[in-house]
Amino acid sequence: MINVIWAAFLIIGIIYAAINGNIDIITKSVITAAESSVTLSFKLIGVMCFWLGLMKIAEKAGIVKTITKILHPIMKHIFRNIPENHPAMGAIIMTISANMLGLGNAVTPLGIKAMQEMQNLNGNKEIATPAMCTFLAICTTGFTIVPATVIALRSAAGSVSPEEIVGVTIVVSLFTTIMVLLFDFLCRIIYYRI
Amino acid sequence: MMMLELCTELSIWAIPMAIVIIILSGLWSRVKVYEAFVEGASEGFYTAVRIMPFLMAMMVSISVFRDSGAMQFMINYLSPILSLLGVPEALVPLAIMKPLSGTGALGLATEMFNQFGPDSLYGRIASTITGSTDTTFYILTVYFGAVGIKNPRYSIYIGLFGDMVGFFSSIYICRLIFAS
Repeated sequence: MINVIWAAFLIIGIIYAAINGNIDIITKSVITAAESSVTLSFKLIGVMCFWLGLMKIAEKAGIVKTITKILHPIMKHIFRNIPENHPAMGAIIMTISANMLGLGNAVTPLGIKAMQEMQNLNGNKEIATPAMCTFLAICTTGFTIVPATVIALRSAAGSVSPEEIVGVTIVVSLFTTIMVLLFDFLCRIIYYRI
Repeated sequence: MMMLELCTELSIWAIPMAIVIIILSGLWSRVKVYEAFVEGASEGFYTAVRIMPFLMAMMVSISVFRDSGAMQFMINYLSPILSLLGVPEALVPLAIMKPLSGTGALGLATEMFNQFGPDSLYGRIASTITGSTDTTFYILTVYFGAVGIKNPRYSIYIGLFGDMVGFFSSIYICRLIFAS
């Protein structure tokens, strides 16, 4: 599926530009995007290092263990294939907590760490496990209590009450998270029982 | 206004407080904090570098799709179909952009704020859509890329399904609450 989508974006884009006579756009678009992806990855290096460093302290100080203990009763139902004391569970829970608290750029490094821990439990290193898919489902919904970026944008655009969307956003993203988890459960049944 | 101040204060304080709490509890449990920090940080570089080819592949393909005008064509095509489902035409570009590019979606939301005003119904719906879900393709690319997973199985369907649910429920719930 990912192969089809990736190829389709490229080929449809190029053919469409050719038909409309702006084929010259393509080369520029490719180069600009390729360059900005490098910039983005390099920017990630600093943030990654910083948060992974802090995580290591949190791990050694036992904070991760404490938070995991509190949230494990809920999480064990969602991530059934991950043993309680495995570091993957701690990393998953830290990622979701950081997301909820709106710790912005901490989320990606923590999420990647969780993926690496889950990869250790994976038999086939190139294919995603069901636990990874569930984790991704939660992350792509990205439940946040305070959507700080949007509030800032609304405020900049001269809104009378930029924060009035907080309640609605919580309702929508909670609902979406629940629906996504149900859909994930359905996919698991379809992919693993047939 | 109270709410706004609380929200901005919270987002300003969240990260510094997290740092202080983590380091203090590290010191409390007699962790060699500096050494532990460096040990953890040294993993960061290679991970970020490993993501690069995945991110590059995805960003190039999305960028070609958008810059060629094919995306606009798709939006024009989808608008009449989606309006049958009660989706205002002005919101269709955001629906397409949201899963593909986070900054792109924020750009579109800002445009809508300027055009309709942030406190209009469309402005509020756009805010809710932007605030309630994350960028599916970015998360998928970065998270799977970092561990070298090439077959994401069904997770792409789940991500897009989530975007769809978020999009439609934003419209219906905002209509319900802000309709007056």
